[in-house]
Order: sequence, then structure tokens, then C-alpha cells
Amino acid sequence: MKHTSKLADIALLIGFAIVVALGPIIFTPIGAGYPDLLQKFAIYGIFAIGFNILFGLTGYLSFGHAAFLGVGSYAAVWSFKLLSMDLLPAVAMSVVLAGVLALAIGFVSLRRSGIYFSILTLAFAQMCYNMAYSVLTPITNGETGLRVLRQDPRYLDAAIGYVSPTPSLFGMQITGWTGFYICGAVLVAAFGLSIAIFRSPFGMTLRAIKSNQNRMGYTGYSTRPYLLSAFVISGMFAGLAGALLAATDPLAGAERMQWTASGEVVLMTILGGAGTLLGPVLGTGIIKYFENIFSAYNEAQLKAMFTFVPDGLREPVVKTLSLFVGEGWQLTLGLLFMAVVIFLPGGVMEGINRLIGLKHTPKVRSLGDSPQRDGLGEMVIEEMPTHDRTAEIEKNAAEQQARATAP
Amino acid sequence: MADKKFIIDRRTALKTGLAGAAALATPSFFIRDAWADDFCNIPKGKDVVFGFNVPQSGAYADEGMDELKAYQLAVKHLNGEGDGGMLKTMKPLALKGNGVLGKKVTFVSGDTQTKADQARATAKRMIEKDGAIMITGGSSSAEAVAVQSLCQDVGVIFMAGLTHSNDTTGKDKRAYGFRHFFNAYMSGVALGPVLAEAYGKDRAAYHLTADYTWGWTQEESMKDATEKQGWKTVKAVRTPLGAADFSQYITPVLNSGADVLVLNHYGKDMINSLTQAVQFGLRDKMANGKKFEIVVPLFSELMAQGAGDAIKGIYGTANWDWKLEDAATSAFTKSFGAAYGTPPSQAAQTCYVQAILYADAVERAGTFNPSKVIAALEGFEFDGLGNGKTLYRAADHQCFKDVLVVQGKEKPKDKFDLLEVKKVVPASQVTYDPSIFGGELGSKDAKACG
Repeated sequence: MKHTSKLADIALLIGFAIVVALGPIIFTPIGAGYPDLLQKFAIYGIFAIGFNILFGLTGYLSFGHAAFLGVGSYAAVWSFKLLSMDLLPAVAMSVVLAGVLALAIGFVSLRRSGIYFSILTLAFAQMCYNMAYSVLTPITNGETGLRVLRQDPRYLDAAIGYVSPTPSLFGMQITGWTGFYICGAVLVAAFGLSIAIFRSPFGMTLRAIKSNQNRMGYTGYSTRPYLLSAFVISGMFAGLAGALLAATDPLAGAERMQWTASGEVVLMTILGGAGTLLGPVLGTGIIKYFENIFSAYNEAQLKAMFTFVPDGLREPVVKTLSLFVGEGWQLTLGLLFMAVVIFLPGGVMEGINRLIGLKHTPKVRSLGDSPQRDGLGEMVIEEMPTHDRTAEIEKNAAEQQARATAP
Repeated sequence: MADKKFIIDRRTALKTGLAGAAALATPSFFIRDAWADDFCNIPKGKDVVFGFNVPQSGAYADEGMDELKAYQLAVKHLNGEGDGGMLKTMKPLALKGNGVLGKKVTFVSGDTQTKADQARATAKRMIEKDGAIMITGGSSSAEAVAVQSLCQDVGVIFMAGLTHSNDTTGKDKRAYGFRHFFNAYMSGVALGPVLAEAYGKDRAAYHLTADYTWGWTQEESMKDATEKQGWKTVKAVRTPLGAADFSQYITPVLNSGADVLVLNHYGKDMINSLTQAVQFGLRDKMANGKKFEIVVPLFSELMAQGAGDAIKGIYGTANWDWKLEDAATSAFTKSFGAAYGTPPSQAAQTCYVQAILYADAVERAGTFNPSKVIAALEGFEFDGLGNGKTLYRAADHQCFKDVLVVQGKEKPKDKFDLLEVKKVVPASQVTYDPSIFGGELGSKDAKACG
């Protein structure tokens, strides 16, 4: 087993915070340095980090996480409509509501594992989507989407005489660069929390569940409360992301809860590297970049880009490439995803690790075999003890504690 | 003891991280005003950027792709390339065929995926990254309403494309939003008398309605218009958007005592519901001693192609049709056909016209400043863009022009000849008092992006 020092974790967090803070400068050369897209990077990054706590650690693949994102969005917009334009009540309401929904869905779904669990969560999410879309239209405004209007009551604001045209945090409007830095700060906090969970005994237990749930049962662990906690925590992360999504753009639509949105977060996590700390954020960046930048290229821009190609050749080059940009962005993304899953089953993080030789990982044939990986190397279960005895596991745990507490 | 120390350390780490993030967020207050200017995206240099925000995937993708073609054609004509299209017929015309205010028109495009969320995201990208001076497009009222309010907030003019809901220029109207397309209310007023004449005044109608802003307002407008003619409304049922199977909604119609089915559906929904209703044999049935009829208040050539034989004899309304015989329509149809090999749809026409109208208003205002451009568009009367004499009403930014009542052709010559214009209802008959829908335009002041 390998161990990472606390110092390395803090360095990772600080490094991450610096990258987020310099986001506008870093992303401008690739055409992504504008507030709306960077906000999306940060918000969906939070969503994916939360999803990774469930999928990356326990291996339970939820196919309905968008439901929590959607519920978070609706809760936030209702808070903007009824309570206050401030972000804090909205976030509180979203996180609590998403958590309650996650508790209910998790309570039922976690009775099954594997594909059955995935199907159950998918079914619940589609139910939520359909309810939002047509049954609950008085609450969700259906296809039209729920919007914040000028004439909404906002009782809290009215009581203290506070007026803000758009959602704000202590008077700072959550738009443009301010909006990005607020989302970025929350992303850094979420990332820090995710490090804490990864390193905690709780995170260790979740990994052990992924490794072999039966053994956990034999050693006297009741696994379900741990799974349910992980499910609820990741649902609350999604709720938080939903609240921020509603704050940066005060409109909640049912399509946010559709199964394609749930699938997207699965793609983000796997593309970046499930079970790694940085992977989900990287995956988010890649997918959102494709969705917003690749889909915007059109033939005229391609022609301008390929002026260096000789005249006779330019036309076929542009024609071929235009299949992959604009409306064809999903085709490119699909090809990239296939390439990553086939050659780098551990996601982009595996590629990075191999490239910089930080860690030698055995070649694996499928995602299921792949051990946990991390950017800076970490405590991983590379192999389970060949013979399981409670005493030994307890001894290991004790050792761990001792190591963790040692300065 | 040791345990405790460990926990405190971790917390300290987190606290440090949070404090660091907060400290790093501080520069944002200095960056924020980096854009401050007279107005949002003031064009510098030789080019000006238009943002074409249309669905290229999803339920309304067909309309969206046609709209994008029309926009590209409009850009060509504005820059003095191609045959000039309707710029030759528009009166009055301030444009000189050298771009807008001497600046060459370029464009950026995006895929809204027929989702309000994504439509706002692509519109934001165009405004924040590409510096678009105006946004136009949208093929669903949900998109139009969502993007319009975004544009109001940031101070960029939005020229709505295909959107038929009363709300777009009714309760959700905005000072920065303009609509050329007609609305559900006008459809109802135009269609009511034609239906009463064709099917009699003693009819009982059953509505199936797409469950979102457009469906709601169209159902309301159709009820009002037909009840004025003496019809009764038996029942109105809301159906989810994008439902592929309407049989569960269609079977109860037969025994409901209704003798007319009104389908407030659009795009693929309308194709599915109409085809299924016809397959169920509704049109061959007798009810209340009369032949059972189906009405589709809004439809287009693109939908008629999808519905095939089912559309024959069905009444509806349209904003424009390429078979109209005025000079502007034939100039546009010729120029669109030469470029793309098909006649333009009504969605293409409305989008083309919106792009031209915006450019013309800038030329007349002599500046890109949105508050001046809004003033130039408000109350503007023009002719020669395919719909006859048209007024951009200042009170709600809605265009008033003739409405076409159309019927599916019994014997089409080819796959583009599916609709027959039965009646042209003059603009004066469909004009209404802007106060009936409520809503407020809000501020027209120009402001920095944000």
C-alpha cells in the first residue's frame, strides 16, 4: 500500500485553487476563457466530484444523478422567487432538498447492486423528469422552464428592504467574472471536501465496499449505511451544483433532469478517470469544451483556419473536418471517449500518470480490473489480503490509524 | 488525543484552502469592469458579428437548419454578395449593400439542442466570447422567452425567430426582444370564421395541447375564437412535449361527444398525433350526425412533408408561404432555391426578415447603440418583405401583417406543393389591444455587458 502525506494533499488543493483562480488566463488561448463556460466548468466540476464520491469510491453506478441537479435548481429558483435573491438560502434549500430526495431514492435503490441499482436510479430519475415535465407543471412550469420574475414576492428581501435584480451573494451579483469566482471558490471547497473524504476512514470503507462487499459483510461491517451516506453526500453535491446553475442563470428547465444529463456526468467521470481526485474535473472540462466550442465551429471558420493548406486540397480537408465540428461535435466526443476507454481505461488521469511516469500502473483490460489511481499517488487497495481474517483487517486498520496520526 | 490532532489538521487544511480561494477571488472585482463601455459589444474594427442561435438537434432541428440557411443568405445579401434577395424589394430601405454602417457582417452560430437551458448557454457564449452585437433565432417559444430575458439582462437585442406563443410579446415581452412571426391569438382570429364557414357553427371541439407556453396560449386563443363562432369546447387535454405515442390521448376523443379535434401540437409532435388520429379512423367517423374533422391551428411545409397523406384537407394558419405571388416572395424563393435547391420554409422567411430588419434599423439609427436601434424598430412600417404592409408595434414589439389560412392540398404536384392558401386575413382584422396579455417591456437603456 502506498500513502500520501497530508502535505501533498494540501499542495494539491492549493495548486488546484491557483489553477481555478488563473482560469481566465489559462483557458483564453483555447477559446474557452469567457465567464459563462468557465462557470459551467466549475459547476459541472462540482457535480462530477460529487458523483465520483459515489461511483469512484463505491463502484455503484448511479444513472440518475441529474435528478438531484434538477431538484437543486428548482429549489434554488423557488428560493429566489419566494425568499431572497441571496445565494445562501438558495444553496441551503437546494442541498437539503437534494439530500432528502437522495435519501429516499437511495433507501430503495441501494437494496440492489450492479446493473439493477443503475436501472433503479435511472427509473427514479426518469420519473422525476416526467413529473417535472408534465405532472408538476404548477411547480416546475414544464417545458417553458421556471424563471425568476420581477414581481415575485421574495418575503425575506421585502422584510429587510433588499433589492437585487439578479441572484447575488452579499450584494455581489453572480454574473460574469464575479459569478465565475464565486463558483470557483465553491469548486475548490468541494474539491477539498472530496480530498478529505477520500483520505478518511469513511472513504476507505467505501473503497473496501467496491473491492468486495461480501467480505465487508463477513467482517462485521453493515455496508448499507455507508453506501446510503455516500449516495446522499453525492446527491447533495449535485444539489449544490444545481443551485449554482440556477444562480448563474436563473432558469430551471426539466431537461436538466433528463437521462442524457445523467449520462453526461457518467461520461465526464469515466473520461477523466473514475476514482481519482482530479479526473472528474478534467472530464467535465473536456465535455463542456466540446459542447460549447466545438459545436460552434462552422465551415467559414475552418476555411480561415486552414488557409495554409494548398488551394486544391483545402476544400476536401475542410469538408471532411466539418463533419466533426458544428453539429457533429458529439461524433468527435464519441470517438474520443472510445479511444480513452479502449486505450486508457483509467481515463485521462491514467494517461497523465503514464506520461509523467508518476506511477506505474499495471496494464488493465477493462475498467473493472483497474485499481484506483491518483494524480499524486495515494493510499490504494491494490490487492486484498489472500486470506481474510477479521483480526488481520483490524490490525491493518490500526496500523493505518497509527500511520495517519504520526506526524 | 492523537485522533483529535489529526482531525484539527485536516480542518486547518480545508480552512486554509477556503481562505485561499476567497483571497484569490478578490481580483474579480477589478476584472469585472474590464468590459465597461457605452453599450454591450460595441463593434470595433471592420466587422460586426451577428449571433445565430438555432436548434440543430432535438425536436425542432429541421426548422433550425432551415433558419440557419436563411441567416447565411441574409448575411450574403447584407454584404452585397449574391442576388440581393428581398433587399431589392424592401421599402423603405436604408441598407446600401455594403454591410451595416460600412462594417462587413460576419456571424457565429450555435446549437441550442431545442432546449431553453442550452439556448441560453450558446447565447451567452456568443455575447461573452464572440462579441455578438445581436442574437437571433430560436425555434421554440420556450427558447425564445428564455433567450429574450437573458438578452434584456445583458443589453443585447434579440430578434426572435420561429415563436408563436402569445407570451413572447405578451406577458413575457422585453424591450430588447422583437418578433416578426405571428402569434396564437392571430391564428385563432383568422381561423375561427373559416372553420365556422367550412364546418358549421354548431360544433363541439376537443383539444389536445402541447404542455408548454406555446400550447397553453394557443389552446386559449383557439377556444376563444371558436366559441365566438358558436362552438362548444368539450375538453382540453395537455400532452407532454415529445410524446411519441398519442393513442392514449386519442381514444377517449371518440366517445367524448366532440365532433372536431383541435391539435395544438407542433413539429414532430404534430406529425405523430395527426398521423395517429388519422390511423384511428377519426376522419371517417360520424359524430353528432356530422362528419368528424381535425384542425391543426399552426403548421408548416416541413410538418406537412412529415405527415404525408394525413395532412390532406386539414385547416391551419401560416405566417408566410413560398407560393404567394408578390415580388418579394418570388425574389426570396428564387434566391433561396438557387443557393440550397429547396423552397424556403416559413421559419426561414421570418429569420431572414428579422436579420434584414435589424440591419436596416441600425443603418437608419446610424449607430449600433441598442437603445437607438430599439427606437428605430419601434413603430417602423415597411413593405416588400413577403408579408405585404407590416407594422412593428411599439407597445409590444410585435409585427402586424396579413395572416394566411391554409389547407393541406388534396392533389399535390410535388413534395413541396403541400399547402394551399385558402384565405388571406388582412392585418387590420388580427390586430389586438396590447394590454390584453399584460407584461412590461422594461428598460430600453443601453448598458455595458453584464
